Amino acid sequence: MRYVAPTSIEETVSVLAEDVPAQVYAGATDFIPQLRMGRPEPGVAVDLKRIDRLTDLRREGDQWVIGAATPSVRLGEEEDLVADLPGLVEAASLIGSDQIQSRASLGGNLCNASPAADSVPAMVVNNGRAVIAGPGGIRTTPVASVVTGPGRTALAKGEFLVELVFDRPPPRTADAYLRFIPRTEMDIAVVGAGARLTLDEAGRCRDVSVALGAVAPTVVTVPAAAGILVGHPLTDEALKRVAAEASAVCNPIDDKRGTIAYRRQVAGVLAVRALKLAADRAAS
Amino acid sequence: MSRTRVTCTINGDPAEFLCEDDQSLLDALRDVVGLMGVKEGCATGDCGACSVILDGRLTCSCLVFVPEAEGATIETVEGMAGPDGLHPLQETFLEGAALQCGICTPGFLVAGKALLDRNPDPTEEEVRYAIAGNLCRCTGYDKIVRSILDAADRMEEAVPAT
Amino acid sequence: MTVTATPSYKWVGTRPVRHDGLEKVTGRARYGADLNLPGMLIGAVLRSPHPHARILSIDTSAAEAMEGVRAVVTGADFPILESEQGGSGEEYVDFRDLCHNVMARDKVLYEGHALAAVAATSRREALAALAAIKVDYEVLPHVIDVDRAMAPDAPILHEDMITEGVDPVPDEPSNVASRYVIDRGDIEKGFAEADVIVEREFVTQPVHQGYIEPHAVVADVGQDGKATVFCSSQGHFMVRSFTALLLGWEPSRVKVIPAEIGGGFGGKTTVYVEPVATRLSQKAGRPVKIVMTRDEVFRATGPTSGSKIRLKVGATSDGKLTAVEGSMAYQAGAFKGSPVSLGCMCAFAPYSVENVLLEGLDVVVNMPKVAAYRAPGAPMASFASETLLDEVAEQLGMDPLEFRLRNAAEEGVRAVYGPIFKRIGFIETVEAVRDHPHYSIELGPNQGRGVASGFWFNFGGSSSATVHINEDGTASVLTGSPDIGGSRASMALMAAEELGIDVYDISPIVSDTESVGYTDVTGGSRVTHATGMAVIDACRNVVADLRARAAMVWDVDVEEVEWVDGRAQHVSGDRAPMTTKDLAIDAAGTGGPITSSAAVNARGAGAAFSTQVCDVEVDPETGAVKILRYTTAQDAGRAIHPSYVEGQMQGGVAQGIGWALNEEYIFDDGGTMENAGFLDYRMPVASDLPMIDTVIVEVPNPGHPYGVRGVGEVGIVPPMAAVANAIHDATGLRLSELPMSPVKVLAAIGANGG
Repeated sequence: MRYVAPTSIEETVSVLAEDVPAQVYAGATDFIPQLRMGRPEPGVAVDLKRIDRLTDLRREGDQWVIGAATPSVRLGEEEDLVADLPGLVEAASLIGSDQIQSRASLGGNLCNASPAADSVPAMVVNNGRAVIAGPGGIRTTPVASVVTGPGRTALAKGEFLVELVFDRPPPRTADAYLRFIPRTEMDIAVVGAGARLTLDEAGRCRDVSVALGAVAPTVVTVPAAAGILVGHPLTDEALKRVAAEASAVCNPIDDKRGTIAYRRQVAGVLAVRALKLAADRAAS
Repeated sequence: MSRTRVTCTINGDPAEFLCEDDQSLLDALRDVVGLMGVKEGCATGDCGACSVILDGRLTCSCLVFVPEAEGATIETVEGMAGPDGLHPLQETFLEGAALQCGICTPGFLVAGKALLDRNPDPTEEEVRYAIAGNLCRCTGYDKIVRSILDAADRMEEAVPAT
Repeated sequence: MTVTATPSYKWVGTRPVRHDGLEKVTGRARYGADLNLPGMLIGAVLRSPHPHARILSIDTSAAEAMEGVRAVVTGADFPILESEQGGSGEEYVDFRDLCHNVMARDKVLYEGHALAAVAATSRREALAALAAIKVDYEVLPHVIDVDRAMAPDAPILHEDMITEGVDPVPDEPSNVASRYVIDRGDIEKGFAEADVIVEREFVTQPVHQGYIEPHAVVADVGQDGKATVFCSSQGHFMVRSFTALLLGWEPSRVKVIPAEIGGGFGGKTTVYVEPVATRLSQKAGRPVKIVMTRDEVFRATGPTSGSKIRLKVGATSDGKLTAVEGSMAYQAGAFKGSPVSLGCMCAFAPYSVENVLLEGLDVVVNMPKVAAYRAPGAPMASFASETLLDEVAEQLGMDPLEFRLRNAAEEGVRAVYGPIFKRIGFIETVEAVRDHPHYSIELGPNQGRGVASGFWFNFGGSSSATVHINEDGTASVLTGSPDIGGSRASMALMAAEELGIDVYDISPIVSDTESVGYTDVTGGSRVTHATGMAVIDACRNVVADLRARAAMVWDVDVEEVEWVDGRAQHVSGDRAPMTTKDLAIDAAGTGGPITSSAAVNARGAGAAFSTQVCDVEVDPETGAVKILRYTTAQDAGRAIHPSYVEGQMQGGVAQGIGWALNEEYIFDDGGTMENAGFLDYRMPVASDLPMIDTVIVEVPNPGHPYGVRGVGEVGIVPPMAAVANAIHDATGLRLSELPMSPVKVLAAIGANGG
């Protein structure tokens, strides 16, 4: 395996155009363990962290632009970002230990395409957009469309993620992300739930989005939540219905980390808890 | 296999060595540079025994391809004690019996240092989460947590009031 | 906090900085993987992907022909040993089984079973060579579940295994290696006297010791045929004898240099890669290093048994136990030798019970051969017994500690497993918990409190020590006990006490197999007790010598010389005292260097007891169990270095909490371990635990000069039941399967209509 660290998007595109199996990576916190577990080495490992734009984190007008290889720890250090998108930051902050946080990125978490990726439900409820570079230039696509299945993405050969873009929230809007793991740290999510909602001045729900991780091959949303909540306050009764809808959209598997029944039930629980947390934040 | 030359700074000293591209920083620090205080417990980023501070950030050296260290500044446990003596964490770990077998100790000391460098007055809970990436099987963490809190106090006392 | 009866030592009971501490906080201490020698080769082991298969052929020719490969070995390179029982500490070893475990011959018996190894000039080349070894397997049906392994149609692991301990002797082979029985009193009469009878079945899964340092060895066989082996282990004399035996050598052909050991907990009381590296080095004529990966550690080294346990307990309405009956089946792994008999002995050992009928079955299954793990066999049995006792107390409407006190074993009581207890401190541990502020803190919603107790025998065994007085009056104390958790400091404290010199003037050293006498493994909670006795004896010899020399100098009778605070004093006369240094400087003039060795086969290891209280909070919507508070009281006899006694207590509790809540081997249908890494083998991390409060109870052990009892193991015995009982207090649910993971807890809540 050869290591290369291009310093520009153009250089990366041309490296990936070579006729050698290549793997782009950011923090390598998934990539290296996969190699240890027997995944064949690619011909070339392409380190994206030497490209300035990929390790950037900036506010541009009404948007937040987060480089695909920016380490997660940077998100929590950006106070304005924490204020705008606390759920996104907490999701990113849950990706592993402090050691992992120094390396792991939103882009890597997304492109590794694990059904249990913590940051993806949070990115989806915030309508994140993925900026993708490739031989055909730059394109932008919703984060929700990037992952097509476990370990599979919609990125074409030669393409790679450049950055992730989020709108700054309108007034009385907030997000939250919660996950369940058996320990308090160092585990892969058994269930993850992202929520974002906007309240009106009377405290009723004006807009809502819920997305769940680790309960289906890809992140799933709970579209019925809007029908139940929009125009209404977040009553226990309404939230109970949302929990049932959240459980219903799950299509989980039994594995070493959890059972189908467990994941369904806890998906509803976490969806409600995330909604309440987001509502508290939106109201304050 | 051809080798890549890496130039970096390790514990304040300039270092230059040859490595294979798929070698981990952990393996290079141990087998090429000879810093055996950096321990391997899992090689998959799950135990923290190989923790180093890489360009100011706490990192598992097993999860870094060594060519990435080009130009980097690396701190390991071997660099914590200086001519003036031990780092306060090393002192409190010794006094507080925070090690039993000691294999995880270098990683905890480095993680503790990374914590106190950015948060000189952590709560117990902050300490526990800051070292959650470091496994210890001997102590139940009690004496490790206390020793990190004690070191924070000791370092605070050592700073002249302004 | 220490509950102590008496006295006053100058050094014993103090908390000096450990003598090996500086090296360990600066990264200079050398562990098993930390040695590189010139010309060293890297070894790697080929392991079976199948849990059960016949090896039809192994073709190593392609591997041997590869550039960089210097040696290849298979089972054919090692002698097949006769069945012969040996010991390394707590557990039974059959050397025929050991030789097959280290390198498979005609069959592989678990996924991860070693069947070939190579030494090459780099790890990359070694791994490539392993990939080039061609093995033809005939895959056989496998069995891991203990009940299925005992079923009539189960795949048989060993065609010559006839169950021992059964009358009449069975005609057919089975996977049940042996049956062990404790049968005392009249069990029917006991249950007839009972007002309350509770019976339950329990299931536990295999768990690993989880030491952070993988097994590692550097072996160097010289042209004279002698081997120097550098490795971490719980006993380098064990490594010497086992390695020599497995190579067909005399032990003296092997010298073992002990590396620092990065945790063992029983798991490093046997050999895996040490004989393999040595044979590879012999063949290659070069040093060979083998370091296991974490994956190999999980798949190929000893976890402890999973178990199925059925127990029945009877008690009178005034809280007196009348009978205990039950059956325990433990997974032994691929070869016989689970700690099931120890489980039977320990389960009710804290109590006085007259009528006992307990059966233990040792069952071979297609997973790694189990190895000792902290109080082997006791934790799973005590999870069952201590949960049931909680249930009996509940039915009687009695405080669970009061119930334990009414049945507590004490001096003179015949233990469930046979002998009469000498002075023990069980009652004191129960009282310490009862009187601790923790026991009366008010609990909130979804919170619960549980208590449990535990017993462990502790062992004595063979130890040697040598003490040298240096010319400056300091002392070197050499022992053969690897220091896993601060034992150097304990040796130094006892030597300081005896010699009367400063603890920092003692240099405690773990010597290699050629520099000190034979010493059993660091296991069985035996080092401070048994090796400590050897150190004390050697020091007393030295003191006698120093007195004699002072008497010679003063020209008085030796009875006229007493040894006080490191000085010879003339009892009745006017001679100026002579310090150790004074005598050491002039040693040549009084008979030469001052040195003495002592050796013991220690008896009288006093039994250890622990009682613990745990508070939990259960999330009724997710099944998550949070440990809120934890207090453990344990009888240490005499705490030589209280900080490291506390450390053993806290560490045992933490491991027990992991066992209780999350740790388990998970196998897929094909018999492959699915969680062979620290990500999914979930040991507790710092944020999972609260501070673990300790109460050191000191009821001196009459079998040790200072009253020491081993403290290393018993702490892991109570936690599973303490957590289960706390969960019951919080939820009303009795959980009988480990681990009590969120999935299981939530399912139980759901089944209860919650």
